[in-house]
Amino acid sequence: MSAPQRATMRSLDPRVTRLQIPEELSEFHPKPPADEWEPYEVFWKEKPGDQPIHVGTVHAPNAEMALVFAKENYCRRGRTYALWVVRTADIYTFGPEDVDIFATTPEKTYREPDAYKVVQKLLRLKRRHHSSQEAHEA
Amino acid sequence: MKLEPELLPALKDLLYRMADDALILGHRHSEWTGLGPILEEDIAFSSIAQDKLGHAYALYQLLHELGEPEPDRVAFFRDAPEFRCCHLVEYPNGGYDFSLMRHFLFDVAEQWRYYLLEQSRYEPLAQLARKVRGEIKYHVFHATQWVVQLGARGTEESHRRLQQALETAFPLALGIFEPSDYEEVLAHSGIFPGEQVLQQRWLEGIAPILKQATLKMPDLSDVVPAYGGRRGIHTPYLQPLLDEMGEVIRSEPDAEW
Repeated sequence: MSAPQRATMRSLDPRVTRLQIPEELSEFHPKPPADEWEPYEVFWKEKPGDQPIHVGTVHAPNAEMALVFAKENYCRRGRTYALWVVRTADIYTFGPEDVDIFATTPEKTYREPDAYKVVQKLLRLKRRHHSSQEAHEA
Repeated sequence: MKLEPELLPALKDLLYRMADDALILGHRHSEWTGLGPILEEDIAFSSIAQDKLGHAYALYQLLHELGEPEPDRVAFFRDAPEFRCCHLVEYPNGGYDFSLMRHFLFDVAEQWRYYLLEQSRYEPLAQLARKVRGEIKYHVFHATQWVVQLGARGTEESHRRLQQALETAFPLALGIFEPSDYEEVLAHSGIFPGEQVLQQRWLEGIAPILKQATLKMPDLSDVVPAYGGRRGIHTPYLQPLLDEMGEVIRSEPDAEW
């Protein structure tokens, strides 16, 4: 028995026409979850001395493939010095339900380090003054 | 380097082989754009396709400096018999199994070809070889990861289909190394050591990766290499590809882009 003749999709893109996609698509069957790849987080550094920056995610079956994908997905336009991938599941983190542990931090202004800069500056001036006095006395 | 006039046809033949391979394979790869198996791979493979077109452009540029017409002219206005690409790059994409296997077999050869050319006495080509080294290293890395993934770490189906693709692509890939009339001239002049040297390096290069992928390399003595492409005898797949590739520019050849 031959398959029934069905109208296929015609497109301005010859590649699409060549695929002979039927006009009426058959029922969609989602893939079973075991077939899905895992997410990997991608970290990138533009030049030596920079801090690594988190640039995004790729899906891959293992770290090697994740790095293969990350290279073209995140480094194909600009300069790159280094690239890392790590399985998202391997990054230990607080869940979104725990963000309240950070809630009051902005209120604790006494912990802000701004004051230290001034102290450092004063100490430096004091030392300079002291040593120039010593030189003067000697 | 001062190029002896009798070397010119040999050098041009070598450059046309390389450029036409890169152009046609780049075009075939680009046919996957938007249709790739997953988003990340679609982007990576499209990017590799662009690299191939870049290599073709650089090589056509070298040919232009040797007196050939401009890159756009040679890329879009020649017909199949004037092309010097091998049959491997002409074949339709088929499934992703064949496309990947072709990409793997081609790029390992390409990596060795450019490696040998880094020592070429024709300095512009040696410079290009050094310039593209990193790009092709990535192409081989990409291809190798996929072949090992689907061959050794995938499913029974992925292994079977990759083995099948290897058997289809292997005789075509041997066509990369079709000897030319200029082998001796190129080797003696120090421009390129020759296709037979390259084929040997290629076989040594793919063997350990295929082994890692648990794929069985076809027996060389059972295989008839697909020759002809280097002499302008092509598969029926090339001309329709050229017609499609040049359709727009040929409709208005003098348009400014």
